[in-house]
Order: sequence, then structure tokens, then C-alpha cells
Amino acid sequence: MDLDFTEDELQRYSRHILLREVGAIGQAKLRAARVLIVGAGGLGSPLALYLAAAGVGTLGLVDHDVLELSNLQRQVAHATARVGQRKVDSAAEALRGLNPEVKLELHPRRMDAAAARELIPQYDVICDGTDNFPTRFLLGDACHLLGKPLVSAAVLRFEGQLSVFRAHEGAPHPCHRCLNPEPPPPGLVPSCSEAGVLGAVVGVMGTLQATEVLKLVMGIGEGMSGRLLLWDALDARFRTVRLRRDPACALCGEHATIHDLSAHPG
Amino acid sequence: MTDTSLAGTRTAPTLRLTVNGEALSLPAGVSVAGLLDHLGLPRRKIAVERNLEIVPRSLYDETSLSDGDQIEIVHFIGGG
Repeated sequence: MDLDFTEDELQRYSRHILLREVGAIGQAKLRAARVLIVGAGGLGSPLALYLAAAGVGTLGLVDHDVLELSNLQRQVAHATARVGQRKVDSAAEALRGLNPEVKLELHPRRMDAAAARELIPQYDVICDGTDNFPTRFLLGDACHLLGKPLVSAAVLRFEGQLSVFRAHEGAPHPCHRCLNPEPPPPGLVPSCSEAGVLGAVVGVMGTLQATEVLKLVMGIGEGMSGRLLLWDALDARFRTVRLRRDPACALCGEHATIHDLSAHPG
Repeated sequence: MTDTSLAGTRTAPTLRLTVNGEALSLPAGVSVAGLLDHLGLPRRKIAVERNLEIVPRSLYDETSLSDGDQIEIVHFIGGG
């Protein structure tokens, strides 16, 4: 591993390098890492900002959307002056301003099965910051089948959920379908655009996601695989519950029936 | 009232559960599936947490609840 740092890098990352668990080796692992963020929105904004600030060497951003005024209440990587731009371009401007050392790979496209097959193998860790169940299931299935860890968070109203899925490494790690075997039928669970979401709640969850990515890349601390973090901001209560592998799971179970992405569009 | 006043009264044993922080009594032997039927919850939008552990959906029928179980219904959310 390349442990040579420039004087600027040593200054920029000095508060990281001071941490016994990080040090120069942890910082070098971050610089060597390639992380894919799917969704440059409410979760993707703090995720991308903190991962860029932390010195993750290469960040991929996937988003096919254009920035709208209604995004800015929570999507803090963007700016009012950039409304109408592609979100990946708008986010890239913020990230370059924060840390020009980070290499950005912008993917202004919809995350469908073809994009998943093409992009996911190019990265070490995948982050789910998407806003709908079909894309969440595609990412969960694709990461499992392609053998990549998935750091997943979701929000609605005042609530957040977070877990890490790495069932491709085998038992006891559960996959996303051990928690939620099938997407809820359309219309049963509202989206943020239908039910609303507190902007700061999304910021906390995206920042927790970034923290788990950094831990995963550096190999420090207790991972979130096999655990589900639940946060209700109105109650101001965090709970962590155990999530076991479901022996009957269609994706990671002994008699799995999902072996490819053919059920997903694209 | 004396004990004898209860003689001959046969009540089915019940489970005292806590569901989302509220007390709920159900007949002994009820499963997670039975609890969901009682609560009238669609299974495809929730997970069931029993004593800080998610119960796999494939095990709802065979997972019997015990007296004192703490149950939380976790609603799926998908926003980002």
C-alpha cells in the first residue's frame, strides 16, 4: 500500500491520522478505495460530502435527475444557483470545492439492471441513497450477486433505518431480502414526495451511512451487518435490533431462486 | 372475595405482550402470524421485531409468542 502523503494531504487529514484506529494506514486505505453512491439526493449529499472530505480516493455518483428547488430543503450538496443542472454535476461542483484530491466518476443515468451490471463491479463498496423500492431491490440483489457490500439507509417523515448487507460472504451475514423479502406493492408505502421528510433526519442517516462506509473500508469497529438501526427523531430514540439470515431467503437461502437480475428492468 | 368464588371458572391462559409500547393480551399459543392477523397489518409493508430481533417472514407461522414478549412493528421505508 502507498503510504506516501504530500504535505497538503498530511495537513488535510491530520485529525484522521491522529486517530489510533485510522492513522496513516487507514488514511491510505481510504485513498485507495472506490465507493459508488447511488442517488445524489438527500442521503447521497451528506454521504458524498463526508466521503470526499475524508479522502476516499474515487467516488462514483449515479443519478439521472435534474436539480429542483424542492430538493434543497435536504439535499445539501446542491445550491440554489444550480437548480436545473444535472444532480451529478451539481454535486460534483460541491465535492471539488471541498476536496479536489478526490477523483469523481459521474454517471448521469438511471440505475437499472444494465447500469448495475456495468458499474457495481468497478467499485469496492456500494451505497444505497435511492428513493424507491424497485431500485433498492435491484441494488440489493445486484450487490449480493456481484459480491459487493451494500451500505443501505432509508428515510421517511421523521424516521431512519440503516444496515449493511454482505451476505455474499456467507453465514451468518443476512441479505436485504432477509429483512424485506419482496418490494411492497406500489402505493402501499408512501415516498418522501408523498409523505414528507425532515431534512435534518436525512442528513443524519446519510452521515451514519458515510461513517459505516469509512469503517468498512478501513476495517475498524463493529460492522452493521446482521443489525438494523432504527431511529425515530420525534421520540429521539435510536434502537439497534438483530437481523438474522432467513434460511428460506430467495436470494441468500439454501434454496435460493434469484440467481440473476432478469426480474429487474434494464 | 375468596378463592372459592373462582372455583370452576376456567379462563384460557393468556399472553401479556407489549406491542409498540402498549400492553396487549392474546390467547396463549398465538404465533407471530396470529398477532399480525389480530392487528390487521399487511405483511408486505412491515417487519416484526420480537425482543430486539427481526423475525424472518418465513417463520411467522411457526414462531409462537411467549408471555412478556416485547414486539415492535417496523414499517418499511424507502426514501432517500
